[in-house]
Amino acid sequence: MKIVLENLTKIFPSRNKKSNDEVIAVNNFNFEIPDGKLIGLLGPSGCGKSTTLYMISGLQKPTGGKIYFGEDDVTELSTENRGIGLVFQNYALYPHMTVKQNILFPLQNLKGADKMTKEAMLERAYEVAKLVQIETLMDRKPSELSGGQQQRVAIARALVKMPRVLLLDEPLSNLDARLRLQTREEIRRIQKETGITTIFVTHDQEEAMSISDMIVVMKLGVMQQIGAPQDVYDSPANLFVAKFLGTPPINVFEGRVQGGKLFIGDAAVMDVNSVEDQDVHVGIRPEGFIVDENGPLVCNVSNVEVMGRDVSVVSTHENSENPIIRSIINADERMNVAAETVRYTLKPHKVFLFSKETEERIYF
Amino acid sequence: MVDNRQQWKAWLYLAPAIVLLLIFTVWPIINTVVMSFMEGYSGLLKAGGQASFSIGVNNFARVIGQPTFQQSLKNTILLCVLTVPISTVLALLIAVALNSIKVFQKGLQTVFFLPYVTNSIAIGMVFAAMFNIIGNIGTRREVISSYGVINDLIRFISGNPNPKNYINWINNGSDYWANMFVMVVYIVWNALPFKILVLLGGLQSINKQYYDAAKVDSTPRWRVLTRITVPLLSPMLAYVVITGFIGGFKEYTSIVGIFGENMGPAHAPGRMNTMVGLIYDSLEQNKQGEASAAALILFGIILVVTMINLWVSKKKTHY
Repeated sequence: MKIVLENLTKIFPSRNKKSNDEVIAVNNFNFEIPDGKLIGLLGPSGCGKSTTLYMISGLQKPTGGKIYFGEDDVTELSTENRGIGLVFQNYALYPHMTVKQNILFPLQNLKGADKMTKEAMLERAYEVAKLVQIETLMDRKPSELSGGQQQRVAIARALVKMPRVLLLDEPLSNLDARLRLQTREEIRRIQKETGITTIFVTHDQEEAMSISDMIVVMKLGVMQQIGAPQDVYDSPANLFVAKFLGTPPINVFEGRVQGGKLFIGDAAVMDVNSVEDQDVHVGIRPEGFIVDENGPLVCNVSNVEVMGRDVSVVSTHENSENPIIRSIINADERMNVAAETVRYTLKPHKVFLFSKETEERIYF
Repeated sequence: MVDNRQQWKAWLYLAPAIVLLLIFTVWPIINTVVMSFMEGYSGLLKAGGQASFSIGVNNFARVIGQPTFQQSLKNTILLCVLTVPISTVLALLIAVALNSIKVFQKGLQTVFFLPYVTNSIAIGMVFAAMFNIIGNIGTRREVISSYGVINDLIRFISGNPNPKNYINWINNGSDYWANMFVMVVYIVWNALPFKILVLLGGLQSINKQYYDAAKVDSTPRWRVLTRITVPLLSPMLAYVVITGFIGGFKEYTSIVGIFGENMGPAHAPGRMNTMVGLIYDSLEQNKQGEASAAALILFGIILVVTMINLWVSKKKTHY
């Protein structure tokens, strides 16, 4: 089922009645989440991504705007009646119930026509437990489980009543690095198997990029960009999105466009014919550098990290906005590791220009 | 750990408390045990120079043999069994209600806590007046009858003005169960504030996310209370029940508050006596040996009941 957010706004009133410092957590969101997809809400802390999730869940009331599940306006509908599954950041498993009781709990709440027999409930619970691979842990208490297992129980509890929408709030933040990799693939697998429209919130761009069908990048309550992860990475709408996505992060230089050429410092590094003369931010992805003896961009090498498959060159440049420039070079290129300077030419499709004032993308 | 060379400092700081506890708590307890096993012990005899008493268990036998002992034990147990569950359930419901309202919460908390800071004898007198039948006063020509607020209320609700329908709650000729009813109402009312306070504190420390999760799971209100709130509150509930039973077995001032030192209505003094009342009675008659024996018996009962409580609560409370 698709989800549509229409002018969704959330304003938290100021705590002090005299001052007027209300917080606009979510500012006029408009987007549509297609049916059966996995969507990542992505942004730094305080960007309103969790607030958006909780408004979709109904646990928080929007200040303005509308939320649709399919064709139904659910804005005024209470959480109980929305038919959602929600996995909390710290799972909120009922500590006094066993795994089985936790998973059965939502089913026991069903009323009227949805009411199930005990056998049917147990069968469903075991079905879901199998899906998340915890069927051997059913008689344990949450405190006897590892973080990853608890997380899977939380997903099972959210899935067992076949929700129309599954919401996950920073589902991987409590897991260690290894488990995180494993679990995020698990989430992807479960989502694909069930086909439930799933929205998850994260501040980890790698996590969002790796498993989402679509990502929504947010900053300070304002949506920056929405699209498939690769599209957003390849074509960021503004400097913030460019900086936020990608590890290692994008390299940003101060530059200017003059007579159809892009200058970094005094070096004309690229032709940008269609752009008017102006000062710009130049974003270059780490993989956008080609080592070239005659290349126009000269950087001082401070370190070369050999990683087998790739070589990561750490260098500096006086016009770089970051303290270091990191480029990733294919190890086959056999660069001189001992050299003091390195010369690059740039791959045009890995170079983005942003307006100096608005930080919006300048296309060329 | 404290550095060994510095430990004398720790002892120094603890000394005032330890000395006071030794003098006023530990020594009297030891002395109580000793006295309970002394035949014919009396403070007067001791003061009169009799230094040694023979040892035996006759004090215990005499205490248990008294007809008032059985009555007191029955009263004490009845009061405990009736008041602790009633007050706990009421306190739970009030605490949950208080926790769920937003406006007036602080003000209402104060109101519910007021009985705790009020003298229980004073409250007892108010309750006695409420349940009292003061009867007829005034001259022969002008008789004013008063039957207590509660009887007035009953008359108001039932609409039956016949004085014969009034219940004699605590006065001369009143029924035992009427007396017991008044005591239960009074003790429950008196016990509520502390329990509400503890349970409210417990409620406020429950992670709100469990309730959000319950909402997402479409849990009906009653199930939220019985399946989430009560289990998560169970350590607090166990605490309230255990201290409630201990306090209940030591019930005394409430009886004095309602019935005065007679410990019962005028026609049956001592009928509402409790274990602690029995101990005081023995002391008044200068039978310290018997009083000590009664105190030890009470201690034994409380110990056993508390152990049962702990055993049950260990099985029933979570984490």
